[in-house]
Amino acid sequence: MRRYRAVASGAVAVSLLATATACGGGSSAGGGGSNESPKTLTYWASNQGPNIEADKKILEPELKKFEEKTGIKVKLEVVPWSDLLTRIMTATTSGQGPDVLNIGNTWSASLQSTGALLPWDEKNFSKIGGKDRFVEAALGSTGAAGSDPAAVPLYSMSYALYYNKKMFADAGIEKPPATWDEMVATGKKLSKDGKWALGAEGGNLSNNIHQVFVLGKQHGADFFDAEGKPDFTSDGAVAAVKQYVDFMAKDKIIAPGNAEYAQNQSLSDFAKDKTAMVLWQAAASTFKSQGMSDDEWGVAPVPVQSGTPGQGKNVNSMVAGINMAVFKNTKNLDGALEFVKFMTSDEEQKLLCKTYGSIPPVKAAQNDPAFDRPELKVLRDTLATSAEALPQVPSESQFETVVGTAVKNLFASAAGGGEVTTESVKAELAKAQQQMPQQ
Amino acid sequence: MNTTAVPDTGEPAVRKNSPGAVRGPRRPGRARRTALPYLLLLPALLLEILIHLLPIVIGVVMSFKELTQFYLRDWGAAPWRGLDNFRFAVDFDTPAGESLLKSFTTTCLFTVLSVGLCWLLGTAAAVFMQETFKGRGFLRALFLVPYALPVYAAVITWAFMFQRDNGLINHVLHDQLGLTDSPSFWLIGDNSFWALLIVSVWKGWPFAFLIIMAGLQNIPKELYEAGALDGAGVWQQIRKITLPSLRSVNQVLVLVLFLWTFNDFNTPFVLFGKSAPEAADLISIHIYQSSFATWNFGAGAAMSVLLLLFLLLVTGVYLFFTSRGRKATDA
Repeated sequence: MRRYRAVASGAVAVSLLATATACGGGSSAGGGGSNESPKTLTYWASNQGPNIEADKKILEPELKKFEEKTGIKVKLEVVPWSDLLTRIMTATTSGQGPDVLNIGNTWSASLQSTGALLPWDEKNFSKIGGKDRFVEAALGSTGAAGSDPAAVPLYSMSYALYYNKKMFADAGIEKPPATWDEMVATGKKLSKDGKWALGAEGGNLSNNIHQVFVLGKQHGADFFDAEGKPDFTSDGAVAAVKQYVDFMAKDKIIAPGNAEYAQNQSLSDFAKDKTAMVLWQAAASTFKSQGMSDDEWGVAPVPVQSGTPGQGKNVNSMVAGINMAVFKNTKNLDGALEFVKFMTSDEEQKLLCKTYGSIPPVKAAQNDPAFDRPELKVLRDTLATSAEALPQVPSESQFETVVGTAVKNLFASAAGGGEVTTESVKAELAKAQQQMPQQ
Repeated sequence: MNTTAVPDTGEPAVRKNSPGAVRGPRRPGRARRTALPYLLLLPALLLEILIHLLPIVIGVVMSFKELTQFYLRDWGAAPWRGLDNFRFAVDFDTPAGESLLKSFTTTCLFTVLSVGLCWLLGTAAAVFMQETFKGRGFLRALFLVPYALPVYAAVITWAFMFQRDNGLINHVLHDQLGLTDSPSFWLIGDNSFWALLIVSVWKGWPFAFLIIMAGLQNIPKELYEAGALDGAGVWQQIRKITLPSLRSVNQVLVLVLFLWTFNDFNTPFVLFGKSAPEAADLISIHIYQSSFATWNFGAGAAMSVLLLLFLLLVTGVYLFFTSRGRKATDA
């Protein structure tokens, strides 16, 4: 008995110890990092290129440059897109995160609400050259309105309509559709003999969200009300989701097989002349890696309901892109800021965005002639005049999952031959809304 | 540590188990001697506490807290919610409870089918492999391949094969055999349940095969010889000798397969990604979704605790009945 008690008390001591250390990670609630280890930084980069190895090859020479300049060694880890959010959350819980990291810009407000990221106040911004260096649209998705941004824009992107010139020529079509009505009419001409007009990634939750968010804007819906509460079942939201899924269910211009796509299969269909159009952001490098030369495809703005894209209701893209954030409990605050300054410098912006096919969110870097290619011009104009940021609310990331899943389910039912009605869309969206956390 | 004590502790340990030693007079080295086995066990015990018990305790604590993204960073500070998380999880009038119930029944059906098929296939193959024939070793190695492959690589290959337009399964079923009118979906819609079952059985049966084969080697040959003399055919031998002799092996095997299958996360996650189709929404994926998709970790923890209680109950009942049965047969 006595021995048992000794073992038990030992066990309790150990578990208390472990709990204490576990809590230790999260207990430094306030403040903003320290400079305990000024010579090293860890950096989680999101996977931007065709694969992780390619990213390492692109980034490592730049990190070397930074080391030569400042004497700070940057340990790089490229994190696949599908793991990134979970990894960030785990790091937040344990307090064992990297010093600097990339985040999807749509998650800014969600991650901001955890309190794990360094707020970019005037003082921090001044250390990287000031807020004015960045494009307004890109700054729009760095956190909730009214509070200091949680991140700094790093790469900007927007959506465009990419079309396969050969397939258009074969079908005798001269120009890409500018409105959705034209899209359906053109699409019906293209969708035959095992070929299809438009590609979709029905199994990719984020992609679903991007598409229905833009359509929602065109129908005057926001998915969140003014107080930041979910509003998924408004007439506009239902109409937007139905319109998107109907491209497969009713108009039959998206192949049913696309309902299970989630690994960019629609881009390979495009490169293999099986799908004539895709709505995508910065697809040039992927097309190249699939063996397409630059003159085999063209770019046009994403269609709108009627008229032409521009201000107001004719939003035709979300503000897509990557932000750079600093973990609040970094052990090298000065170095982290220095590194963000380096990555957002004019020179690095030109170089990295050119390689990745994205647009620099830094105004001065946009002047480089490399960004005058017709494709990038469309993307840049879209970003400047007709793109809108996803709702900057704390539950944005949950919205991506539940509404993205709703669209995925609707695509699955459409692919199986099921009918998609206003009621079925509304029911699916209501179910999604009930899964959102109560606030 | 006194070095002279070492020979003291080593030698008389042999007598430790005899009743006389326990009742005998206290001797100087005794305390250290009896403590030694426990000392040796201590590292394992500590690790067990750290790796298994502690997370369970933390999980239970979390299930009573309002653990959302706002408290992720310092979860000790999250407010207590009492039983609210549990009420939320099992309120079958809301989508959350309704889908949990549906996921639970799907998992039960899936587990029964998967374990049953794994056991059947494993037994059949093990019995078949008892005969010596040419190529037996090769075949046995081949049977174990699914068990030896890394789960991720194997399941992602299945995911490719199940693709509607480019997958091997539809190529065979539709293009070559003409069994279906149009290519079917396997990774979305109702078929996804069967796709998941096929992968699960493929992955699980070699383990059953391995265990049953080991069990078969322990059955004395004489039993079969005697049976054959009495005129028992192959089928009768299997029913009257093989299966009863494998009883205790099967009891453990079925329990282990049940627990693994019920909790399996890797297979559905690799096959379907973050959000599984409704027909194949196993409980483990469901809990993951509830925690990580809506960042409601308190509710996710509550669901995990309920799952743990359910599995403990099933295991307890199962062990109670099977061990009672075993005592009866042993007697």
